[in-house]
Amino acid sequence: MKPEIQPAVRKAKPAYNSAMPPRAEPDTVASGALPQTAARPVLKAQAKNLNFYYGGTVQALKNINLDLAEKQVTALIGPSGCGKSTFLRCFNRMHDLYPGNRYEGEILIHPDNINILGKNVDPIEVRMRISMVFQKANPFPKSIYENVAYGLRVRDVKRRGHLDDKVEEALRGAALWDEVKDRLPDLAFNLSGGQQQRLCIARALATDPEILLFDEPTSALDPIATASIEELIAELKQKITILIVTHNMQQAARVSDYTAFMHLGELVEFGDTNTIFTNPSNKRTEDYITGRYG
Amino acid sequence: MSDLSGTPDQVGAIRAMIARHKRWDMIFSMIGLVAMLVGVITLLALFLDLVLDGYGRLTYDFFTSFPSRHAAEAGILSAWVGTTLVMLVTAFAGVPLGVAAAIYLEEYAPRNWMTDLIEINVTNLAGVPSIVYGLLALGLFVYQLNLGQSILAAGLTLALLILPVVIVATREAIRAVPGAIREAAYAVGATKWQTVAHHVLPYSTAGILTGVIIGMARAIGETAPIITIGALTFIAFLPPSPVTATPPFVSFEWLMAPFTVLPIQMFSWVSRPQAAFLENAAATGVVIIVMTLAMNAVAIWLRYRFRKRIKW
Repeated sequence: MKPEIQPAVRKAKPAYNSAMPPRAEPDTVASGALPQTAARPVLKAQAKNLNFYYGGTVQALKNINLDLAEKQVTALIGPSGCGKSTFLRCFNRMHDLYPGNRYEGEILIHPDNINILGKNVDPIEVRMRISMVFQKANPFPKSIYENVAYGLRVRDVKRRGHLDDKVEEALRGAALWDEVKDRLPDLAFNLSGGQQQRLCIARALATDPEILLFDEPTSALDPIATASIEELIAELKQKITILIVTHNMQQAARVSDYTAFMHLGELVEFGDTNTIFTNPSNKRTEDYITGRYG
Repeated sequence: MSDLSGTPDQVGAIRAMIARHKRWDMIFSMIGLVAMLVGVITLLALFLDLVLDGYGRLTYDFFTSFPSRHAAEAGILSAWVGTTLVMLVTAFAGVPLGVAAAIYLEEYAPRNWMTDLIEINVTNLAGVPSIVYGLLALGLFVYQLNLGQSILAAGLTLALLILPVVIVATREAIRAVPGAIREAAYAVGATKWQTVAHHVLPYSTAGILTGVIIGMARAIGETAPIITIGALTFIAFLPPSPVTATPPFVSFEWLMAPFTVLPIQMFSWVSRPQAAFLENAAATGVVIIVMTLAMNAVAIWLRYRFRKRIKW
């Protein structure tokens, strides 16, 4: 957590306390349950009472409860340091790569109801089911083909024909096939920034994940590349449950069905993206989306 | 800003100040130049001196003759063959050990005080005088393991000697692989070993090879530990050939053969009173330096070749 966030908040609090009565208890933490709407979404994953500690001491997530709807896009927004990336990285156990990190609580994956944070669940098993696209495109210094095929190679897929099919399917899924189909043996580094990020999406898609995690996937891209990734996300949700961290509130409004606002490691508010952006019930959410801080 | 800003007075004062500060740039660049020249010129002078002394002896015969009591007939055949074979053993023993140790320390070892202690010690080992390695090897390889005064014993000794260099260089190279690449591999479900074998090692090959070659270049000139384990100074025969005419066509007898190496050959000639032998010594010195430089050149070329593909 970055310390510079706190002063801004402390200043914000007295401002609204004195100026106007809060519409809701500002510090009540949202339920995180999916809103009961007509189109009852299917539950894909549930974070339950999730706490997370960096290095065993610094608490970065405080008692998070959040439901992920299947084949929907859920956006995590909030000021930097609020824990949204930390939360995202719990879903594929990335924190296990670094010593001292500790989870409390559960993240259940449906329909099999497995707690992916459980001690008896191998992080590798979790990552086999849940893919991730990182903030900065991180292709391997290998060919375009090998980048996409890597997840399959790790899964011992050896048959050339099958590999070829999956690579093409993933590249088509990532809207990159037409641009690279004639240069699959080329080095991935020769692609442009936006293409590299779509290549990373293809790499994540090739293994048919149940959930796809995006950690600020467009923060290093220009507006045109950003637009193409956003279109892609809208298409991908036909098949996959998506959880996306974004710094860009317009992006959250554009691509997501549900939005969770996080602040200081807590889930402040969760609901329909429409509701969150037009009629937030929490003062902190409103301050953030209207640009008063963050 | 005072109201003088922009006036000719003010500008003049700023220029004077800059000129004053820049004097130190001048002074240091002179000192630095002298310091650099001391190093480079001394080395060049030494090398030129060796070349001038030994030039006359650098003939084909010099490389194909055994040592002899007659300076003009003496050559370095047994010495360069010995050096080559010892280096071969050193590389085959030292590189896998060093790379494996580095991978373990960097990727697998838990971060605790034990690992810290080991890391500090590995770095310190690089500074242990080579003769200490010689003593250790004399006790361990020559007597305890009964390897005798053989190519194998010498190769293993030098392998120990270059181990810290290889470990440190490999760790640096591994650490240069960005964390984002590791995370990318882990994120698709790779195990630690898959991440290391498919990504970390291939992408750090250039750095590892550089470290290995620098270590080997150090080992090639080592004299003290080889003398300590009892290399001979006068060898008028070659070790048994590794390739044989009868099945299984390979033989490892050469590993146990007595041997000499270039620096020892040089040392034994330097200690002779006759001027003719000093010429031989100088010529041998040139050969050693050229071999070392050639190895470094290979290291630079490899680094260039591998880095061309990978830019983080």
